[in-house]
Parts: sequence; structure tokens; C-alpha cells
Amino acid sequence: MIRTSVPITYTSGEQIEVYRFSIPVTVGVPLLALFLQAFIPRRFPFFSIFDLPLLVTIFFAMARRNPISGLFTGAAIGLAQDMLGAYPIGIYGIAKTVVGYGASSLGAKLDVENAGARLLVTLGFYLLHAAVYFTVARGMVNMTLNWSWSRGLLAGLANAVLGVGLYFLLDKFKQRT
Amino acid sequence: MESVLGRYRNLTILVGVLFLQVLGLAVQVKRGADAENTRLIRIWAVDTITPFERVLIWAQNGSSNLWHNYFFLRGVRAENRQLKQQIEQMRLEQVRLSEDAGQAHRLQQLLSFKEQVIAKTVPAQVIGSSGSDLSRSIYIDKGSNEGIASDMAVITAGGIVGKVLRVYPSTSLVLMINDQTSGVGAMLEKSRLQGVLKGTPEGAVILERVMSDEQVVPGDTVLSSGGDQIFPKGLPVGTVTKVSPGREMFLNIQVKPAADLSRLEEVLVVTQKKERDAVVDSGVRVRAADILAQRLPSVPNKPPADIAVSGSATSENAKVAVPGPVTSPAAKPLSPTDSSGKPKVVQPAATGPIPSAPGGGTVAAPSAANAVKPGGAHSVPVVGQATPGHSQNGDAPKKAPPTAVSGDPVSTVSPSAGSNPAGSPVTPATARPKPPVSQPNPQPPATDDPH
Repeated sequence: MIRTSVPITYTSGEQIEVYRFSIPVTVGVPLLALFLQAFIPRRFPFFSIFDLPLLVTIFFAMARRNPISGLFTGAAIGLAQDMLGAYPIGIYGIAKTVVGYGASSLGAKLDVENAGARLLVTLGFYLLHAAVYFTVARGMVNMTLNWSWSRGLLAGLANAVLGVGLYFLLDKFKQRT
Repeated sequence: MESVLGRYRNLTILVGVLFLQVLGLAVQVKRGADAENTRLIRIWAVDTITPFERVLIWAQNGSSNLWHNYFFLRGVRAENRQLKQQIEQMRLEQVRLSEDAGQAHRLQQLLSFKEQVIAKTVPAQVIGSSGSDLSRSIYIDKGSNEGIASDMAVITAGGIVGKVLRVYPSTSLVLMINDQTSGVGAMLEKSRLQGVLKGTPEGAVILERVMSDEQVVPGDTVLSSGGDQIFPKGLPVGTVTKVSPGREMFLNIQVKPAADLSRLEEVLVVTQKKERDAVVDSGVRVRAADILAQRLPSVPNKPPADIAVSGSATSENAKVAVPGPVTSPAAKPLSPTDSSGKPKVVQPAATGPIPSAPGGGTVAAPSAANAVKPGGAHSVPVVGQATPGHSQNGDAPKKAPPTAVSGDPVSTVSPSAGSNPAGSPVTPATARPKPPVSQPNPQPPATDDPH
């Protein structure tokens, strides 16, 4: 199917294709993302700017297009990421729950299959994720974080670019319902 | 009501899940991050991820070692020659430093200071990180099975790294000094100004709580102050890179960490610190004449030909190759000689073992290059694995020439190496010929006064 130049199109419920994934992919891909996120920055410190678990959360949520599934996927991945970190468990969990819910809700209404849409959606959800994280971290854990728009946009753009490539790779594992 | 919940089912579940997480977070914050109820799931998560990291690190190191140890040997000979020269220079430097350390130790004795030294370290390999640019923490491959516990200091040969935050059976989470929740007691080396070293959200390191009217310049060295009860005093922390006025009458001092925190591979965990009282005068009075006799040059009791001129005189089991005032636990006690070569009576307070190498360290005769230090004092390098600067019983060495020690570089921070109570390096008989009688006698130090 040849797509038009409009990156984001409103789609009716009947037109939306809902995908599912095999159990090994459902479990293995988030675990692999967590592992790579913990391992690669040790050798390449600049890699810590990426958030692979977030990209995986967005991908699964958008592909499944089910808000319940999306929020639980985000919660599970976020909590697992919290467990590996030094801070209290739940900061990433809350942020990724919101992102998972939002991405799946958006995926249910918009066609986010093309690269341009994915880039914009990922950038937006990265900023949303950062905003929720900062709010929770400052409001509840009393961490002294400084918000930087330039840094947030730069990191969001980097994640969006990586996300577009990653999504096309993960598209191979999609199974039609 | 049911219809409302059914209509907003997704939103209700979202709110419920968020509420549960917020509740859990609040409980953790109230109880503290180390609450036992959070440990189990952390252990599960860490145990799921770290085995893969270990395997990858093992494979990576294996291939790297194969390359470096067998294939990539170009320039090794030249590098070896260069390193040998460097070792010679460092030996001389170490002699000088050990004298300074000895002097500092004597001053500590005078003031009855307690000093904290690193007694035992466990090497560990970095196998992973927290994976977030907002949290600066790393995982190491040693845990409670190897004796690691929370709040232990983690260092490298370059400087301090952080502290152990959480311990698992075979891994540990280390909070680095550039994490924003980290805090280290630090001081400036020259001015001795103390402050608190903290990380920033960007991963930089700043020294806080230094008043703005103090003089701090870029390039100043920052050391650990020991005030945090985690890092022993005097470990290198970093270098001041930028100084600017901060808030509330404090300076904003940026510090570049001495250890490369972004490329850590191996670290040392300080598993045991020894706090010992500086040994004050044991009560035995020392006559000023005896101390002067130690300081005065004397005729050797053996011909100089017997004294090892090169390193070929190395012997086993802490064998001393230089006669005169060099002792070790396996050797004879120090016996200063008079001008006729007869041994003098040595007061107990003026004798003691030389810091030795536990487990069979050897005391080697110095080579011609390093046997006589520029100031004329004699040095005896101790070769072998050592806990430098510490005698077996933890007492400060009472009488020994400046001693160059090779071994664990981290363990050489103890300032007790090569001290002697007379206030100056003991000059062995062979170091220089006996001068004329008119040589001025140094004044005895205040400690020599029996009153």
C-alpha cells in the first residue's frame, strides 16, 4: 500500500490493525532492552541518553492499541527498570505506565505506522515521560533535578531517531490478530 | 455508578495502577530506600540481568586478553625498558615521600591522632550500570559472598569512585560520586579547606560548603577528608576545574574526578579499614646522647665490599643485605654503632621492626642508583607483596630507614612507612664516610626531652 504524504491520519476503529506478539517476543524484547540499557553505557557512556525500555514500551503499546495492555506493559517495564537502579522503585514505573496508556490510546485513534508519525509520537512521549519522571522524582522522592528544554529536546530527538529504526526492526515480530 | 466505571474502565484502571505505584513509592520514601520489603524484587531483577552481563564481560575479556597477550606484542620491549626507568625514578620519589610520611606520622604521634588506613581491599570488575543518565551507579561482580557490605568505599588507583549502596549475593550496586544523591567529605590539599563533594543531575561533581571568601584556584587537588566515615582520609578525589561564586556566600567549585568514572573496568572495594592509635611514647626515656648517636654517621662494622651495590643481593625471606640500622621482623634489631664499630646500647623506644612484607616479602639491597638518596640518606627497597607501611602488629615502625615499598598501590597510602623517632632518617654506616669531628650536631627534637 502506497501511503500519502500526510504523516498522521485519523483512522476509524474498523480500519485499525491490531497486532499481537508471541510470548518469547513479549518477554524477551523488554528483557533484552533492559539488559542492553544496563550494559552498553558501561562501554559507551553516551548511550545512556537513550531509553530503550521506553522505546519498547511505546512500540508495544502502539502495536497492540489496547490501553489496558499498554499501561500494564509500561508498568512492568518501568518497574523492572527501577529495580536495576539506585532510586526507589516506582519512578520509572509511573512514568512508563502513563506513556504506555497514552501510546496505546493514541495508536487506537491514529495511524502511526509510517516513519514520520513514529518520529513525532516518540519525541512527544519522550518529553511526556521526562515530565512525569521529573514531577514524581521532585515531588515525592525530593530529588534535585533540573529541567533543561534543550537537553530534553536533544535527547528526545535522538530517541525518536533510534526508535524509528528500532520499530521497523520490531515490526518483523508482529502477528496479525 | 457501574455504568460510569464501565464507560471509563480504562481510565479507572490507569488511575488504580498509578495509585498503587504512588502508594508503594510513598512507603519506600518513608521507610528509606533500603527497606527490606523492596530487596527481594530487586534481587530477582538483578539476578535476571547480571548473569548475561557476566558472560559478556568474560567473553570480552577473553578475546581482549588473547589479542593483547599473544598477538599484539609490538613495542613491548621498548615499553618494558621505559617502565623500568620509570620504576627507578618512582623508587627515588617514594623514598622522599616515605620520609615525609614518616615525619607526618611522628607529628600524629605527638598529637595522639588516630589514623585510618586501608587494611584490606577486594578487587572487582564493573559488569553493568543502572542504564539511566539520571542515575550514576554501576554494578560490580562481587557481593556479600565475597565480604562486601553496604557503605564500603570503592576506589581505583586513580581516586575514589563511590560507595556500595546495595549488596546482593554475587553482585553489588555502587553509587558513584557524581550521582546527585551522593555526598563525600572532601578537602583541598593545599589550603585544607573542607567541603562536601556532591554530584549534579548532569553528572558533574562539585565541591560545596566552601565559603566565598576563601582562595580556591583551578588546579587545586581535592582529597577525601575522612569526615564521611566511608572514605579514609587522604585519598585522591579530583582536581578543581572551575571556581565561581555560588549561592548563599558559598563558592561553586567544579571538580574533575581523579578516577575516570565513565570508563571504569576494575575497582577496589575497601572491605576493611584499620583505625589505630598513633603510638605515643612508650614511657621508656630515651637519652639525648643515644639519639644523637643514631644521627651521627658512624664507621661501618663491615667492609663496604660486603654491602650489596647492585640488586643482585636480593635474598629470600626478608633477608637484610645491608648492615647497619636496618631491621625487619626476620632480621636483627637495630644496633647503631659507635665510631669503633661496636654496637651501641639501644633504648627500646628507639627500636622496632621495619615494615615488612607479610607472606615472604623480601628486602633487597638497593642498586647504586637508588641506594643513596639525593640528600645522602640510605634507602632499602622492599620488594614483594606487602602491606606497606604497616608492621604486623599495627604499631608504627620505630626505627627504620626510609623504605621504598612496592606492592598494591592503594595500600601505600599509609603514612607510616620508614619513620624513625629521631626525627631524621637514620643514616647507615655505609652511606657516607665519617665526617670530621667538627660536624654540627642537630638539636634533639622536643620528644627527646625526658620531661
